[in-house]
Amino acid sequence: MDRFVLDFAHTLAGFMVLVSFMLLYQDRMFSLLNVFALQALVLAASVAWQAHVQDAPHLYVTALIALVLKAIIIPIVLHRVVVRLGIHRNIETVGGIGLTMLFGMGLVALSMVVMLRATAAADPLAREDLAFALSVVLLGLLMMVTRRNAVSQIIGFMSLENGLILAATGAKGMPLVVEISVAFSVLVALIVIGVFLFRIRERFDSVDVHALDESRGERQ
Amino acid sequence: MGMIRDLFLQGVQMFLVLAVAPLLLGFTRRAKAWLLRRKGPPLLQPYRDLLRLMRKEVVLAENASWLFRSAPYMIFAATWVAAALVPTFATGLQFSWTADLIVITALLGSARFFLALAGMDVGTSFGGIGSSREMMFASLAEPAMIMIVFTVALVAGTTQLSQVADFVFAHASLRVSLALALVALIIVALAENTRIPVDNPATHLELTMVHEAMVLEYSGRHLAVIELAAALKLSLYISLIASIFAPWGLAQGDAAPGAYVTAVVAYIGKLAVGGFLLVLFETSIAKMRVFRVPEFLGAAFMLGFLGTLLLFVSRTF
Repeated sequence: MDRFVLDFAHTLAGFMVLVSFMLLYQDRMFSLLNVFALQALVLAASVAWQAHVQDAPHLYVTALIALVLKAIIIPIVLHRVVVRLGIHRNIETVGGIGLTMLFGMGLVALSMVVMLRATAAADPLAREDLAFALSVVLLGLLMMVTRRNAVSQIIGFMSLENGLILAATGAKGMPLVVEISVAFSVLVALIVIGVFLFRIRERFDSVDVHALDESRGERQ
Repeated sequence: MGMIRDLFLQGVQMFLVLAVAPLLLGFTRRAKAWLLRRKGPPLLQPYRDLLRLMRKEVVLAENASWLFRSAPYMIFAATWVAAALVPTFATGLQFSWTADLIVITALLGSARFFLALAGMDVGTSFGGIGSSREMMFASLAEPAMIMIVFTVALVAGTTQLSQVADFVFAHASLRVSLALALVALIIVALAENTRIPVDNPATHLELTMVHEAMVLEYSGRHLAVIELAAALKLSLYISLIASIFAPWGLAQGDAAPGAYVTAVVAYIGKLAVGGFLLVLFETSIAKMRVFRVPEFLGAAFMLGFLGTLLLFVSRTF
């Protein structure tokens, strides 16, 4: 396989990981949404490159779905939600960003070690993409764990799903039906979560999920 | 004959960086003013400033020690040596065997050490604040720099800049680790040159100063030498980035004289591009709070570490 093909695929996948770290770093809502759109854009580019390399035209559809749904529709919808909730000026003050970054690095190291050992015999193109994809998934999870604001948790969930798509396209032969159903389930999740956000706000006057703990009586 | 030629080329490099550094500063100021739709000072203004400062009398504080008087020359010497070692227009020069990334980091570190000492010497509070902030940034920027050095050294198999440039030139390809190292190096360069997200080089408000606060007490030729060292440092970082990540247009070992001339032109072009990109970035971003800087530099460290990590895990990155 051509050296450049591999390098370019890795660069795009590596850029996805980098953008995941950028997501962890942001503490303002609008810049968070912009970075998320950037990640979707990189994902679309990466998937399109895989389609070109693997000569699999159905992956172009996946790339298009990622581009339209995640780089355009979801950020715009969330943008509106943020404005309507009136939290666009909030700054999240979750314990040190530095610490979160350190955790993130540990997760990347973990996924590298696990993936590269586990898939030693696999195709090199898929193998290292998988390692990056696992990092993106874990970083998305980390984001969901460390954020208190419900909207940033949604972003974490969506970026986790970006990692899944990256992993799925790296491995050859994922059927388009699965792809499309995943994409639409994410859209449904967005709608459901969007409705929930407003319900939560109505009930607690805040989208800080710690308010939920208080209502369950876990905090005095 | 060959020896004389080599020494001559090395001399050209030493004086080229010295001559070009204020011009780069003038260019960035001009371009910045232009981006803000103002006219800006003429390109040669930094040279005039330096001349003016050279002619002025030195005013020393009463309790300034010998350290305060000798520090500017120490800072200038260390910075100039470091700047002269980075391959600007040619690789494989006479002293290129000493042009090691770790040596350059150490030279810049010692220059900063003297600057911080000089800032505290007179005992004014602003100098002390400046020194302590500078040391805080340095303690964060240096680990990041070392991680970048590791990444580059693992890719190229050497820490010697001239050979790194030759390697990247010969085996040019997209490498994830190198891309990460580039972003990290840009962040470190912004912090080290006290450019906008970290510090404002044009500030007049003492409380926000970092670099300027340390040199507040200097005047006359001492100030001129320090300003020249700061200009050299900026061109050093741009040349460093250019020589590692864009070594195209560098003259190799023993090229024809004509090749050297085009290489010098290419170098000045790279400096102009680098300076313009810097200004573009600076005008599109606001200065961050001092307490936000550790996170910014932590990101650089993280990127460098990630690059090193990827290289350790798999050779193909």
